[in-house]
Amino acid sequence: MSLVVESVAKRFSRFPALKGVSFTAPQGAFVALLGPSGSGKTTLLRILGGLEFADLGQVTFDGVDWLSVPARERRAGFVFQQYALFRHMNVAKNIAFGLNVRPRRTRPSRAEIARRVEELLHLVQLEGLGKRYPNELSGGQRQRVALARALAIEPRMLLLDEPFGALDAKVRKDLRVWLRALHNRTGITTIFVTHDQDEALELADFVAVMNAGRIEQIGTPGDIRATPASPFVADFIERSAANAKVVALPSRPAAPLRLH
Amino acid sequence: MAAPIPARRPRSPIEDGAFTRAAFILIAIGFIALFLLLPLITVFAQALSHGVGEALAAFDDPDARSAIRLTFLVAAIAVPLNVVFGIAAAWSVAKFDFPGKSFLVTLIDLPFSVSPVIAGLVYVLIFGLQGWLGPLLRDHNIKIIFALPGLVLATVFVTFPFVARELIPLMTDQGRDEEEAAVSLGASGWSTFRRVTLPNIKWGLLYGVLLCNARAMGEFGAVSVVSGHIRGLTNTMPLHVEVLYNDYQYVGAFAIASLLALLALVTLVVKSFLEWRYAGEIAAVHRH
Repeated sequence: MSLVVESVAKRFSRFPALKGVSFTAPQGAFVALLGPSGSGKTTLLRILGGLEFADLGQVTFDGVDWLSVPARERRAGFVFQQYALFRHMNVAKNIAFGLNVRPRRTRPSRAEIARRVEELLHLVQLEGLGKRYPNELSGGQRQRVALARALAIEPRMLLLDEPFGALDAKVRKDLRVWLRALHNRTGITTIFVTHDQDEALELADFVAVMNAGRIEQIGTPGDIRATPASPFVADFIERSAANAKVVALPSRPAAPLRLH
Repeated sequence: MAAPIPARRPRSPIEDGAFTRAAFILIAIGFIALFLLLPLITVFAQALSHGVGEALAAFDDPDARSAIRLTFLVAAIAVPLNVVFGIAAAWSVAKFDFPGKSFLVTLIDLPFSVSPVIAGLVYVLIFGLQGWLGPLLRDHNIKIIFALPGLVLATVFVTFPFVARELIPLMTDQGRDEEEAAVSLGASGWSTFRRVTLPNIKWGLLYGVLLCNARAMGEFGAVSVVSGHIRGLTNTMPLHVEVLYNDYQYVGAFAIASLLALLALVTLVVKSFLEWRYAGEIAAVHRH
């Protein structure tokens, strides 16, 4: 009953995006894939979601050969970096999408779908915004709609691609806390891509530090802080510590300037 | 106390003098009036020069009616075909990477750069009686050249780029994200196309169809080569205009030409109306 990734490799024409990645995460874990851009973390996430195909390797989830399941049958709730909301549908229709496209036999009734949408709107704290269109929402609101849409299909796995990347620091902090609380409540296995060390260390049960298509180290945030396995990991975490100090200075504004 | 120094009048850096502005506007309006508006007015004026009755009489001629019917029929076949081809071409260019992609984009533009007459001639060379497939087609009693299939082929060739050209930039701009989201939420390929892709491109598609249709009904060169000018059988409206004109039947020629011009004007009015009516929705789909 867990996620087992075994030597997954992927190459884009010339560029090797993943050079054999392996890790194991228990059911219900919150895993962060942390690394600089180009380290392969998004590729790994997309492979888990079925949006990209691995050249080599194997993934087992819940005892199933996960890579042989087509994307649309995986029920992996994917949240995209740029949200990818359906721009011609209002919020309620966006959230209901995954239910509306089910074959008639398994599709809930109209009333049931409406009820579920209300429930999810409540969960993501967007009550009353069901009739709005995505371009009428703020970034943070769009992100929560994207999450609600992914949760509507009762996902077996939640895949988040830099979910807070496009948001400002304040909203990011709030959503972070909220997301962790949500995970504690739902217990859905969650894989979460980020290049923000603080975000990864603060949120995740396990952090996989990635660099150049490989996992340099995987462990609890405590382990990684205490015993970095390589100079790369140490460097990455150090930068995080430096940032934390900057934030702690009382005279500093709440949002430290960061170059990504 | 020193008097305050008057600031220079703020001017927009791209603002030009009143004279320059007036000159440009005049040139634009003058050009449009002389080269676009005047001929259009002449067409209608000539058609009505002997009264409305005589102009309408041109439409009583069975050959004219046959030409009008044929024009609509050709457009009704060619436009849906090009909608399907156009979406397929735009889809593959915008959403996938494959070798030879830029070559495909160039090919799509081919009908814009090749003279329509050449397109017609090519079809004659392939399907005509003396052409490559001529004997084969004759043995099976299939007529393509000097018949409806030839007219449709020529029209499809000439109007191919309209839908694809309209959709490629739109679909490229929108990217693959929404389709990927749909699939990850459990939608099938067809369902994704119908619920996500199509609604996102519907306005671009509509413009493409309108332009494609206008050109399909108005095409002369390519159609002229493959038609054979059989009155009452293979003459479309533009060809019929030529026939009448060469017969010195000016009123009739201009009456049919007026109908063609009217169809084009209706197309433009419909397009403008839709743009105005759905301005908000169009903006929402194009920007995020």
